[in-house]
Amino acid sequence: MRKLLGVILCLFLVVGCAKKKQDMNTISIWHWMTDRHEAFEQLAVKYEEQTGVKIKFDLYAPSDAYTQKIIASAQAKVLPDVYGVLDKKEIFASFINSGFITDLTEEFQKNNGEWEKSLFAKALNVNRFKEGNIYDVKPGVYGVPLDVTNIQMLYNKKLLAKAGIMAPPKTFEGFLAAIAALKRVGISGLVSGWGEMWMADCFASNYAFNIMGEEKIMATYRGEISYTDPDWIKVFTIFKTLSESGAFAEGIVTKLNKLAEQDFALERAAFSFNGSWSVNIYHDMNPDLEYGAMLPPVFNKNRPMSIWGGAGSSLVINNSSPRRDKTIAFLKWLTAKEQQAFLAKETRNLPSNREALSAIPPILSQFAEVMDNTTHPTIWMQNEFPLVLERMDKGIQSIIIGEKTPEQVAREVQEVKEKELKKSRRGR
Amino acid sequence: MISNKRLTATKSNAQSFAFALPAIAIFSVFYIYPFFDIFRLSFHQWNGISSQKIFVGFENFSDLMQDGIWWKSMWNAGFITLVALTFQNCLAFALALACDREIRLKRFYRVLFFIPPVLSEIVVGLIWSWILYSGMQNGQHIGLFNHFLDKIGLHHLVNNWLSDPKTALPCIAIVHSWKGFGWGFIMLLAGLQTIDRQLYEAAKVDGAGWWSVLKNVTIPMMVPVILVVVILTVLGSMQAFVLILSMVGQGLVYHTDVPVTRILSAMTGTNRFGYACSMGVVFGLILVGVSLGFKMISDRTKQA
Amino acid sequence: MNYYKVKSILKSSFLHIFLMTVAMACLFPLFWMLRSALMTNETVFVDKSFIPQTLHFENFIHAWEQGNFGTYFLNSIIYTTSVVFCIVIIASLAAYAFSRLKFPGKNLFFYMFVLALMIPLPGSFVPLVVLMNKLGLANTKLGYILCMVNVGLSMSILLLKTFFDKMSPDLEDAARIDGCGKMRIWWHIALPLARPAIAVIVIFNSLNVWNEYILAQLLLNDKDLMPLQRGIMVFQGAHSVDYPVLMAGLTISVIPIIIVYLAMQKHIIKGLSSGAVVG
Repeated sequence: MRKLLGVILCLFLVVGCAKKKQDMNTISIWHWMTDRHEAFEQLAVKYEEQTGVKIKFDLYAPSDAYTQKIIASAQAKVLPDVYGVLDKKEIFASFINSGFITDLTEEFQKNNGEWEKSLFAKALNVNRFKEGNIYDVKPGVYGVPLDVTNIQMLYNKKLLAKAGIMAPPKTFEGFLAAIAALKRVGISGLVSGWGEMWMADCFASNYAFNIMGEEKIMATYRGEISYTDPDWIKVFTIFKTLSESGAFAEGIVTKLNKLAEQDFALERAAFSFNGSWSVNIYHDMNPDLEYGAMLPPVFNKNRPMSIWGGAGSSLVINNSSPRRDKTIAFLKWLTAKEQQAFLAKETRNLPSNREALSAIPPILSQFAEVMDNTTHPTIWMQNEFPLVLERMDKGIQSIIIGEKTPEQVAREVQEVKEKELKKSRRGR
Repeated sequence: MISNKRLTATKSNAQSFAFALPAIAIFSVFYIYPFFDIFRLSFHQWNGISSQKIFVGFENFSDLMQDGIWWKSMWNAGFITLVALTFQNCLAFALALACDREIRLKRFYRVLFFIPPVLSEIVVGLIWSWILYSGMQNGQHIGLFNHFLDKIGLHHLVNNWLSDPKTALPCIAIVHSWKGFGWGFIMLLAGLQTIDRQLYEAAKVDGAGWWSVLKNVTIPMMVPVILVVVILTVLGSMQAFVLILSMVGQGLVYHTDVPVTRILSAMTGTNRFGYACSMGVVFGLILVGVSLGFKMISDRTKQA
Repeated sequence: MNYYKVKSILKSSFLHIFLMTVAMACLFPLFWMLRSALMTNETVFVDKSFIPQTLHFENFIHAWEQGNFGTYFLNSIIYTTSVVFCIVIIASLAAYAFSRLKFPGKNLFFYMFVLALMIPLPGSFVPLVVLMNKLGLANTKLGYILCMVNVGLSMSILLLKTFFDKMSPDLEDAARIDGCGKMRIWWHIALPLARPAIAVIVIFNSLNVWNEYILAQLLLNDKDLMPLQRGIMVFQGAHSVDYPVLMAGLTISVIPIIIVYLAMQKHIIKGLSSGAVVG
């Protein structure tokens, strides 16, 4: 016993602290992208060989832990040179207004806007604050997009053929007919990770854009139009119709996206609502999966379908970093054609650099083709109160499980909306 | 002389205090300081990042009192706790009683019953969501439990376990109990082993049956241990949340929300940091109240 | 075979059926993990057989190498042993003082610890990280160890105090008459007698430290300082699709804690049953 205690005591003493000096030649980057860490480290080695500047990629997972790390480190003023903000535009704005993020506008516009032009505008816009934005942020671009993404529907070619469907449905009626045909041969319809609320939110937003268009949605956010408006009821009713016709895979409302991806890869469902990042996952889980990408079937034929998309992941530069110039140089290098092509190939993501597009697999180009149809909450002039969105997403769940009617949910959402409006008018 | 005596007493007090000093020191630095910070924040409106923290007085608390969803989440946690107190602890007690007797394979059982607490919540969530999976492929149920129900002819019982408001919370409560009963088992078993065997012999000589021995000898002797187990069960079950996140994600409407998941969603989902802090304070006060209640019951039983 | 013998055999077989059922329900996840860990990604979702036809032990090697578990494993062992060691010493000292010794404010301090057990602190990670940076303890092993000691302290003190309260004071009185000081009584009498409770605390805290990853990532930056669970988290993200290797990694991570339990559970039972220690 004595011996053991001695050993443990020694261990404990050895543990003691040793602080390392920060040197000017090392750029520290904190990220959350577990799937890309290896590729990043390879690029870091390459960059050090080329320039002598050391890049230290630190990975924190899962992303919840990463978000906590960033929030706490901001308060302790120990943020690294480069990091990412995985949150709403409002929080991104708070980071900027509190002086944690460097304004990159000038850098992007240097040399006739060379850097800006090399990247997809849609991806850049996610990090852009426009003139007259509601967050009081100085207009400009504040982040560097590493990739481009969008979220649409995928269909399993084999399963559709089994049900006698030759082409993926383009309209909502066509989709319902496809579901009925699939049902006859015992195949599940649509799977998605709606246990993670934002994915259901995204689906609803797609149809809201299709049914009433951006202007009316923004007016709703401003409080000028009620959620009990017939157009919003239509949006909620889509979930009722889909649920009643058995379009959703069982358990969709509490499914984690990880498991939903597994379902689609294992051919347990004919359709999936998922982002372009899933191409990598499906490839690894089932290389033989034959599938294609399609826009969610339109409900209102007079308006095109809008989907969410933009930058998948962006990095920002710490405003108080003593290595800012070196850091900017590195991020420019990272988003240059060659490195972007490397990342696209290694991690099967859509590159944010236009010129790197040539190297991607065909399924990814199906995603790239519809980039013009994309929109995203981060580029809207107005955003809904998070509390209202929470109530709406939960309401959608209750519609799917048949607990509430679309009208009930609309009323409940409007109630929360009015409460929040009242609060914000009081100056908070 | 008196002052000398007082001096000795002071010295002795100081010595005694030195015993508790390391604990108090660590605790003051790493708990008390964050505690007051959080307490202060609960009177503010803050999004977690902004340099502006707006003082709002008791507004967070008055909002919380009217927050129906918060009180529903409290009820849900209460339900999980109730299941844990009854189902989990009865099971633990029954198993401890069985293993207390001279039976074969005693050691084997003792080891196996402690496997669930050892596994991390992520593994447990992963495994159980696979067991409770609902959905079919090629006419076969994918989830193990539905598959089993189907095979033994109880086809009508096949269910959407985790997305049916009637079954989601009970399923979570049962998995939680399954994961937690090992702790109760080991503590209760330890308690049972302290009971003097002669008491059992004496009761048997008096002609007492199994039930009467349990009621008149075992349970009265076990009251203190049972109370410790009860309090730890309440604290553990009221604050459980990782399992919920790994089984149903952000939840089935509000049917699976518990106070801790509400706190998390207020903190990172809707960025109401101050509000989340006031939730923590209120939740803490309620737990303190519940524990005081149990302590009073225990004091009364001790007197009786 | 007489009637009583039949009855007793029947009774004990019913008992064993009950115990077996529960035992199987407990063993199942471990078995399932192991089974999945020995398959390949092609068979893991398809193969419904109980024991896979070919066993792929190389998954464990892949997991160990790809997950870079070597460093993490060593770190976790260091963290777990030092945190548990500190908690046992600090908590037993404090619990002994709260139970047996007299000093002003004793009850106040004790209830402070008990309250800490009940009040969850959402967002306490923010002040904690700020504090650790001010103290210069951020990104050090020592800082993480102290934080984890604090996490386990309340519960351990509560448990140990309950235990000391129940202990008969006879032995200590005898020692005091022999002229032993407080420190020696604590070390030579109270601690050995409290062995079962200490065993429970060791299991409880080992489990706690071994499975922790949020605080570790908040306080530490360097990969070389991270514990095993952080490795598992990263591994899970990077290999969410390589199921068997993921399961192999998860299996590796539970083995040490099972060993700790196996080593400690003997003390719980034997210590308590050995007699008149607890009144």
